[in-house]
Amino acid sequence: MNPGGESMQTLPLGVDYIRFLPEIVLSIFGMIVMVLDPLVDEQRSQKHLGMVALLGTLTALAATLLMSQYPGSAFWNMIQVDSFSVFFHFLVIAVAALVILSSYEYMTVQRIRAGEYYGLILFGAVGMALMSSAVELVLIFIALEISSISTYILAGFRRREAISSESSIKYFLLGSFATAFFLYGVALMFGATGSTSIWQISQVLHSRVPLLAYVATAFMFVGLGFKVASAPFHVWTPDVYEGAPAPIVGLMSTGPKAAVFAVLLRIFFQANAPGRFWLIWVSAALSMTLGNVAALVQTNIKRLLAYSSIAHAGYLLIAFAVPQTAIADTGISSAMFYTVAYAAMNVGAFAVVSHLAGAGEHRVELEDYAGLGRRSPLLAATLTIFLLSLIGIPMTGGFFAKFYVFSAALKANLVVLTIIGVINSAIGAYYYLRVIVLMYMREPREETALPRVPIGVGITLAITAITTICLGLFPGRVVNYSLRSAHELVHPEMSATDIRRPSVIR
Amino acid sequence: MPDNYFARYLPLLIHFLLACVVASALVVLSQIIGYRKPTRAKLSPYECGMIPVGDARQRFSVKFYLVAMLFILFDVEAVFLYPWAVVLRRLKMFGFWEMLVYIGIVLVGFFYIWKKGALDWNEPAAGRGGM
Repeated sequence: MNPGGESMQTLPLGVDYIRFLPEIVLSIFGMIVMVLDPLVDEQRSQKHLGMVALLGTLTALAATLLMSQYPGSAFWNMIQVDSFSVFFHFLVIAVAALVILSSYEYMTVQRIRAGEYYGLILFGAVGMALMSSAVELVLIFIALEISSISTYILAGFRRREAISSESSIKYFLLGSFATAFFLYGVALMFGATGSTSIWQISQVLHSRVPLLAYVATAFMFVGLGFKVASAPFHVWTPDVYEGAPAPIVGLMSTGPKAAVFAVLLRIFFQANAPGRFWLIWVSAALSMTLGNVAALVQTNIKRLLAYSSIAHAGYLLIAFAVPQTAIADTGISSAMFYTVAYAAMNVGAFAVVSHLAGAGEHRVELEDYAGLGRRSPLLAATLTIFLLSLIGIPMTGGFFAKFYVFSAALKANLVVLTIIGVINSAIGAYYYLRVIVLMYMREPREETALPRVPIGVGITLAITAITTICLGLFPGRVVNYSLRSAHELVHPEMSATDIRRPSVIR
Repeated sequence: MPDNYFARYLPLLIHFLLACVVASALVVLSQIIGYRKPTRAKLSPYECGMIPVGDARQRFSVKFYLVAMLFILFDVEAVFLYPWAVVLRRLKMFGFWEMLVYIGIVLVGFFYIWKKGALDWNEPAAGRGGM
């Protein structure tokens, strides 16, 4: 900050707050939930607090719309509002809204007290949203921690189940360890380039690439790779997903993941972090193979979807291996499309799982899905849509997600990686189809009546299923939007008009 | 930049050496000219109110952790007031309002733990409704 007369310029402008509005709105609603929680009646509090939280996410979506009208940087170039960050804001806030919707009945069935639950989802969404717009490594770290700490606590919310506490502790200890790696990488990157701003780092790395920058990139990738559950940093995933409340797994496997992928895109493509090719190559190949092969032998639907989420992180990482040339745009946009398609199908799948799980989540074995097609045709049909999309069958979002990633990889001559991806898609089809076969071609194990689908879960399923199919039939709009954002990300000088950019330190 | 990179750290080295000299002088001098009259309590290692020797696996109330955790949280939050106070004049009214918002957020947290009963030592720690 400059002393004396120039001090006025160092204060944030009004427009800075608009560029930060979704996060402000989410924080305020999170605090409202926190204050209301001890005040309102315990029995009736569940639904009311859920309503407040849902209202918060919807307001935040509106705030994102307003924010998108004011592209540019805010708060001394720590935040960048471009179509890229708007894209991820919409995604993570929508995921939070859907998870809140699908949690209403679940909370009652599991006898979980609601207050902190909804508050933490909102605070977590603050972190995720901030991750996508932060262009300064320390701020990215803070956002990452906001989102992570919320999910650590949420993972342990089934307090009566030991497995949930185990999940929370495991996630917390390993997650903190991984974050330490990221922070160490940030420190090394500062040592290598003299800055923590993505823009300045890219300037420095443009002229010379010190050896330290490679080490820094590797360290940051360890931390972020853990958060997106890519191999070899994936070991926590099945245990944590198995123990955490099912709607929260829907959140954890999509929201923070999408946000961390956004961070990775910024670090790799905007900051030009060097040496990503082999890091990504090995991690993507390992994630796909390990995830799919391990999923083959799972008997628990949550563990199965956990390994499937590892595999999908692998497919998505393929897009990161494209080189920093003219085709970088296609790689970035395919990754962005993938996060949306994956969010839709996975939130939907976990909404079904959480609805069917029953008290104490005792019905999460694959056997419990036998005969679901007869017991509840509509629910089975919806789950089938999500599973087909996870396989990547045409006319679903999952198909185009894989298609764009693979075609971007082929354009970049990543033939071997693409072949590994395609083979893995075929392996993956087996275990998804096994669930579908169980639902439609087996006799049900028990003939007890299924609980009626509550309205919150119903709306979630409708939105996610329609999104999945729409992405499969009309992917054009999302692709065009993501291509434009990708272009802005790689060529920032052509985008926003009022970026206040400081000169490089050295 | 000076010619020699390490030259910039010379004052630090001098300070370090000075600290070593002073510290060892104090220890040695008190050994030599000190007046000693040992008692049992004087010879036991210094601890804050705990019995220093014994089984480490003592059980004590989980409320200690709760209080310690809350103390750390609010302590760290209060520390932010110091740098703010230093630059308040330059931040002008903006800094004032910003800090009011910040203190408001801290108060929300305080209200929450208060109402949740985290501060009641005698009540069940969960307080009203619990989690």
